[in-house]
Amino acid sequence: MAQEKLNLKEVLLNPLVSINPIIVQVLGICSALAVTSNMKTAMVMSISVTAVIAFANLTVSSIRNVIPGSVRFIAELTVIASLVIVVDQLLKAFNYQLDKQLSVYVGLIITNCIVMGRSEAFALKYPPLPSLIDGIGNGLGYSIILLSVGTIREIFGSGTWFGLTVLPLAKDGGWYVPNGLLVLPPSGFFLIGLFIWWVRSTKRYAKQVEPAQFVVTRE
Amino acid sequence: MEHYINLLVKSIFIENLALSFFIGMCTFLALSKNVKTAVGLGITVIAVQMLVVPVNNIIYDNVLRPNSLIDGVDISFLGFITYIGVIAACVQVLEMVLDRYFPVLYQTLGIFLPLITVNCAIFAGVSFMVQREYDFAESVVYGFGSGTSWAIALILIAAVREKLKYSDVPAGLRGLGITFITAGLMAIAFMSFSGISL
Repeated sequence: MAQEKLNLKEVLLNPLVSINPIIVQVLGICSALAVTSNMKTAMVMSISVTAVIAFANLTVSSIRNVIPGSVRFIAELTVIASLVIVVDQLLKAFNYQLDKQLSVYVGLIITNCIVMGRSEAFALKYPPLPSLIDGIGNGLGYSIILLSVGTIREIFGSGTWFGLTVLPLAKDGGWYVPNGLLVLPPSGFFLIGLFIWWVRSTKRYAKQVEPAQFVVTRE
Repeated sequence: MEHYINLLVKSIFIENLALSFFIGMCTFLALSKNVKTAVGLGITVIAVQMLVVPVNNIIYDNVLRPNSLIDGVDISFLGFITYIGVIAACVQVLEMVLDRYFPVLYQTLGIFLPLITVNCAIFAGVSFMVQREYDFAESVVYGFGSGTSWAIALILIAAVREKLKYSDVPAGLRGLGITFITAGLMAIAFMSFSGISL
């Protein structure tokens, strides 16, 4: 058991950019691409995932001394799956339409690598409070990416934000001709790729640049 | 028969798990550095998918579906936890069977098996099967089709990435960044299949 003193502020803030789960650790990307075409689904997904990570971390961490090492995987999965069932039932009860829109992606929170990764890498080693904070931090890191991608895609793809008109569309008498590519799901790949490029181009995170595997020399 | 062939083509190309639904992306991006690994993982996914989708279909039909166990009792909300349990159990059993009877196969595929339980592709295959209410025969075909679709996408991007390392990519985009953009372009290419109506 690691007993070093944890700086709770760092535990909360590091996952936001410097060890962001999506763009640095490359975890939990499925939903980042599929549900970000508008803000409403992106927001609901962010809240659900943050809640699930936070409580999964809290629970796994509280029972970490009782779980035998050989079955810890199943134990973690059970905790996570139960939490996701709660989220799914709540969504079904209060916003059935949205639940239908998110279709299988709510269930996929179970296999979202961020949740599993954090309980495995953090919650099994540290006490409940830091684990809860780490869960919230990682959830927020995930949400930042999801919401930024969602914002860009919804504003430039359909001229709205949370369904409110931001750029009046040409077909409704405004001036903006929407970029159809951004409504298509693959645009999420491009946006996240560009985010990674942007983050790694800043001085602070330049150390994340991957070394070239093959040096190109020009004549 | 025609119905099953349609379902197979649809699940492999039109509804490609990786490139149309963006499922199993973590593994898709992390383990696609060379074709050999990709082929091994692809085959494992197909095998596991063909096992767990039909098994979960039987369980859903006989236990979880409303009114199937006891009249008037609906336990379908226990779905998620059941599917993930069944997947974990099946993977474990498959691992033991391979280890005991097919040691050569176990040597190549064994390292991927523990990863498979938390691979979204498997769970998504099961969720889609439940959502679309496939019957048993359809679920076998769908399990094979969806596994194959993911495997094909993985092998394709691995092949692209093997060549990509010889190209001169801007420093910040190297590795992960360019892989995302490549995957995006492949996804656009796969969208052309969506025009096919069966």
